[in-house]
Amino acid sequence: MIDPFLMRVGLAAVLVAMTAGPLGCFVLWRRMVFFGDTISHAALLGVALSLATDLPVTAGVLLVALAVSVVVLQAGGRFHHTDTVLGVASHSALALGLVSVSLLGGVGVDLMTYLMGDILSVGTADLFQIAIGGAVALGLLVWRWKGLLVASVDREMAVAHGFAPRREALIFTVMLAVLVAVAIKVVGALMISALLVMPAATARQFSATPERMAVLAAFCGVLSAMLGLFVSFALDTPTGPSIVVAALVLLLVAVGGRWAAAQN
Amino acid sequence: MSGETLVRTKGLTLEIDGRRVLSGVDFHIDAGEIVTIVGPNGSGKSSFLKAVVGALVPAGGGIWRRPGLRMGYVPQKLHLDPVFPLTVRRFLTLTRRPAAEELDSVIARLGIAPVLGQQVAGLSGGQLQRVLLAHALVGKPDLLILDEAAQGLDQPAVAGFYHLIEELRREMGCAVLMVSHDLHVVMSASDRVICLNGHICCEGTPTVVSEAPEYRQLFGYGTEGALALYRHVHDHKHEEGEVCQHD
Repeated sequence: MIDPFLMRVGLAAVLVAMTAGPLGCFVLWRRMVFFGDTISHAALLGVALSLATDLPVTAGVLLVALAVSVVVLQAGGRFHHTDTVLGVASHSALALGLVSVSLLGGVGVDLMTYLMGDILSVGTADLFQIAIGGAVALGLLVWRWKGLLVASVDREMAVAHGFAPRREALIFTVMLAVLVAVAIKVVGALMISALLVMPAATARQFSATPERMAVLAAFCGVLSAMLGLFVSFALDTPTGPSIVVAALVLLLVAVGGRWAAAQN
Repeated sequence: MSGETLVRTKGLTLEIDGRRVLSGVDFHIDAGEIVTIVGPNGSGKSSFLKAVVGALVPAGGGIWRRPGLRMGYVPQKLHLDPVFPLTVRRFLTLTRRPAAEELDSVIARLGIAPVLGQQVAGLSGGQLQRVLLAHALVGKPDLLILDEAAQGLDQPAVAGFYHLIEELRREMGCAVLMVSHDLHVVMSASDRVICLNGHICCEGTPTVVSEAPEYRQLFGYGTEGALALYRHVHDHKHEEGEVCQHD
């Protein structure tokens, strides 16, 4: 019989990674890596605000992440280049979050928990949230798959062929916000985008179609999570960063393997 | 071949970032017609196409599309990142899923069978054009829309590409709306040419437009020799003086 604590920790990491992988493919395809960073930084501001208002952290994170992404989507390209808007939003959200938390000083919040993640503190309720959030995000992804894919290939083409790329972009933002909200406790705000980007990049090495890349990205994510957890337990290293290091190793092995195969 | 109207605009005015790029455009395209829009860079022709497909909301005036209108859109190029895995085969059925026979006939017609397994991001300019065209033709569109589709092809290839468009129109009966700043070879393949520069400068048959003073003022006389070049290519199938007047 597996220890229930280990079971919980493992399941949490695996569920988060499994959701982040396929979502991360779209982050890469749509060149939204910086957007992922912005949402996770916004999440930190969400944590601060929920603590100040006694709102559940997940709800606060979800709301702020959504609000920031909608602002970015609307402002991007209108006032400044989207990159500029993202940079402003990303760093402001992070700074505002840190400042707010320090102003709340008396509450005794360990911000490191939300920056780096603390998977060992994951309880049954957290696990339920992760499972539900992951199911919602992946469900939306499967539901909107075709439209989102077409919108990521070419905007005008998508509209001409009867799709609505703006709506798809908005729904995708919701998926990301949901993922960040449930994952922040497990991997931490600073590491979430890594889990989006790296397994997807690894999967690209072995994929000729988008569908295959999405499935493989989920698989690579899960593998990274399990390897990272194992290393984290064995060497007593922080869990979130360990998972990211595992994802990096997988990516390097994949790229190196491909390169070696191409030499022969 | 011309018949019912597919798209019509009335007093169409477009703005991008609050800047007016096009004003008061009255336009229509009918079933089976080839209409080419020419204009210098920044003349509003790409914005016009965006408005026609519905990707740009008019700042004034209106667009009417025939209910149930099926459009096939050929972008200038795809800005596909190499990190996006997409084979030609997968791309063809990305937006519409045709019957197997229809798909096979489009593939055969455009001669893209050899590249079906290749990545879209790795195609050469000419191959990509054919693949984009094949994708747009899948599902039998009523209106084929091409945005500077021949850009990046060399001169003989451009002439060949426009010839192909003309043949496809005849075979499939779809209307064609295309935009080009490449005046050398495009015009004689069209039933109508619209010269755009912030508004409609002039319009009519290729011959009428190429001799219109507004057109001359915009593009000068220099293009005429090259224009004749394509007419020559085109003419061998038709009687003299009947350039592209057939229906």
